[in-house]
Amino acid sequence: MTTTDSPPAPVAPVRRRRSSGDTERGFSRTFRWITTGAGALILATLAAVALFLIMRAWPAMTASEAELAAAVPRYPDDTSFIAYVGPLVFGTLLAAVLALLLATPVAMGIALFISHYAPRRLAQILGYLVDLLAAIPSVVYGLWGVAVLAPMLSPVWLWLNEWFGWFPLFAGDVSPTARTLATVAVVLAVMILPIITAVSREVFLQTPKLHEEAALALGATRWEMVRTAVLPFGRSGVISAAMLGLGRALGETMAVLMILSPGFLYSFKILQAAQQQTIAAYIALDFPEASGLAVNALIATGLALFVITLAVNMAARAIVARRKEFSGAN
Amino acid sequence: MAQRIDVKDVNIYYGDFRAVEGVSMTVDPKSVTAFIGPSGCGKSTFLRTLNRMHEVIPGAYVEGKVELEGVDLYGEDVDPVAVRRNIGMVFQRPNPFPTMSIRDNVLAGVKLNNRKISKSDAEDLVEASLRGANLWNEVKDRLDRPGSGLSGGQQQRLCIARAIAVKPQVVLMDEPCSALDPISTLAIEDLIQELKKDYTIVIVTHNMQQAARVSDRTAFFNIAGTGKPGRLIEMNDTATIFSSPAEKATEDYVSGRFG
Repeated sequence: MTTTDSPPAPVAPVRRRRSSGDTERGFSRTFRWITTGAGALILATLAAVALFLIMRAWPAMTASEAELAAAVPRYPDDTSFIAYVGPLVFGTLLAAVLALLLATPVAMGIALFISHYAPRRLAQILGYLVDLLAAIPSVVYGLWGVAVLAPMLSPVWLWLNEWFGWFPLFAGDVSPTARTLATVAVVLAVMILPIITAVSREVFLQTPKLHEEAALALGATRWEMVRTAVLPFGRSGVISAAMLGLGRALGETMAVLMILSPGFLYSFKILQAAQQQTIAAYIALDFPEASGLAVNALIATGLALFVITLAVNMAARAIVARRKEFSGAN
Repeated sequence: MAQRIDVKDVNIYYGDFRAVEGVSMTVDPKSVTAFIGPSGCGKSTFLRTLNRMHEVIPGAYVEGKVELEGVDLYGEDVDPVAVRRNIGMVFQRPNPFPTMSIRDNVLAGVKLNNRKISKSDAEDLVEASLRGANLWNEVKDRLDRPGSGLSGGQQQRLCIARAIAVKPQVVLMDEPCSALDPISTLAIEDLIQELKKDYTIVIVTHNMQQAARVSDRTAFFNIAGTGKPGRLIEMNDTATIFSSPAEKATEDYVSGRFG
C-alpha cells in the first residue's frame, strides 16, 4: 500500500484572462475607439467649461470690495462678493422654481391625456403641437411676453394682489406694465412645457400593459388605473423631465432679458417691478459694457449658475435612485 | 360567494375580425372549469369577455349575453368597473404592482373600491388573503418589501391573494402557471383545489395534464384554420372529455395528435 498522505495537489486553474480588446478585429476595434472618444469628449468639454469659469472668475472672487465696487457697474457699496451674487442666485432660482411649479402639473396633464385618454388621431396631432412649442425661438417668446402676455396678465396680477396680497409672493405694489417676475415665470413655464410633456409622455406610454390590466381587472376606473399603475411607474421619469425643464428655465436668457424689469433684492414680491434679476439675463445685459474686473465678476456669476445647475441635476438623480427597488425597473 | 355564469351565443371581435363565434356554455358555481385548445383558438379571448376585460383593447367588442346569476354583464346600465370587481382575474405572467409593498399589493383592490378600512381590519384581510393564497408563511416577515422581489411562483400567488382580497364571485385564470416551474405550478394547482370551495374558478391552460388534474369540467376550443374564428367544440365533465369525447377533434387533441 503506497501511502499518499497528501491530497492530490489542486490543479491550478488555467488563467485565461483575455481582455475584450483581444477578440476585436478591424472595424469593431475602430468603433470601440470612436465611442470611447465620444464619451471622453463630453467629459473634456465639461472640464474645459468648468476650468474656464473658475480661472476667469478667480480674480473677481479674490478682489477686495473696494476694487469690485469701482470696476463693476451696479455693484452695491460695502458688500462682499457673496452679497453681490446672492440676490442674482435668489432671483434665478425663484423664477425657475415658479415656472416649474406652473408647468409640471399642466405638462403631466397633457402627457396623460395624450398617452391614456385621447383618441389616437388627436393624440398624434397634440404631440406634434407640443413639439412645435419647443421649436419657437426664445426671442419670440420674449416679444410675445412683452407685447401680448404682459398686458393680458396685468389685470390678473392686480386681482391676485387685491385678494391675496397677504401672501408674500403677491404682496407689494403691482407693476402697471406687468414686466415682473410673475410674467417671466409664466413665459418660462410655457417654454419648458414641451420638454416636460414630451419626456413624461414617453414614460407614461411605456407603462407595462401587464400592470395596467392588473389594475383594470381589480375594478379600477381609468383614473384609478392611472394612479395605481401609470403614475408610480412614471414617477422617476417625470422627475427627470421636470429637472430637464428646470435646467432650461435656470439658463433661459433672452425671454427674461426682454420681459423683466430688473432689481437686485432678495424679494419675494413677484408682482412688483425692479425686484429680482436672473443670472443669465444679468450677464447678457451687462457683458457688452463690461471690461476688466467687471468681466471676471460676470463670469463668477456664471460659475454660480453652473454650480446650481449641477446641484439640481445631482439632486434629481438622488431622488430617482432613492426608491429604485420599488421603481418597476426590475 | 360563488355564482354561476351563463353564456349565450357570444361572438367576439377585434375590430372587423371575428375572433370567436357562437359560444354558449354554463359555468357552475364552486367548481373549476378549464378551457383547453390549440394556440389562437380564442380561449383566452373568451375568458377575457367574462369580466369585460376584452373591450380594454382598442376596437374590441362583444355580441351576445354573459349572465352572472341571471344578470347580463353586457346590459345597458352595467358598469364594466363593477363587473371586474365581482369577477377577479389572474394573468399569464405574474403582475404584482412593482411600486407597492406586498401588503399594499394585497390591499390594492380594496383601496380602489373606495372603502375606508381600519388598520386592524386591513391587517386581518392581508393575513387572510395571503393564507388563502398559501403565501402567508413565506412572506409574513417581509410584508413591507416590494412584491417584485418574490419568486415567480410567489408573485403569482400574491396576485391570487390580491384577486381574492376583494371577495369576488368568480376568479378567472389565464394560463396562470405557464411562466412557472413545476414546483410552483404544483403549489398553484393545490391552491386552486382549495379556492373552489369558495369561488367559481375558470382556468385557461395549454397543459392538458393540468386541466385533467384540476378541473371538474373542461371546454375544448378549436379553429378551422388561420384567420377563421374560434369555436367551442365540446364541453363536458373532465373525465368524459379525456376518456370518451363526443367529437373527433377533441379526441385528437387530448390524445396529442395535434396542438
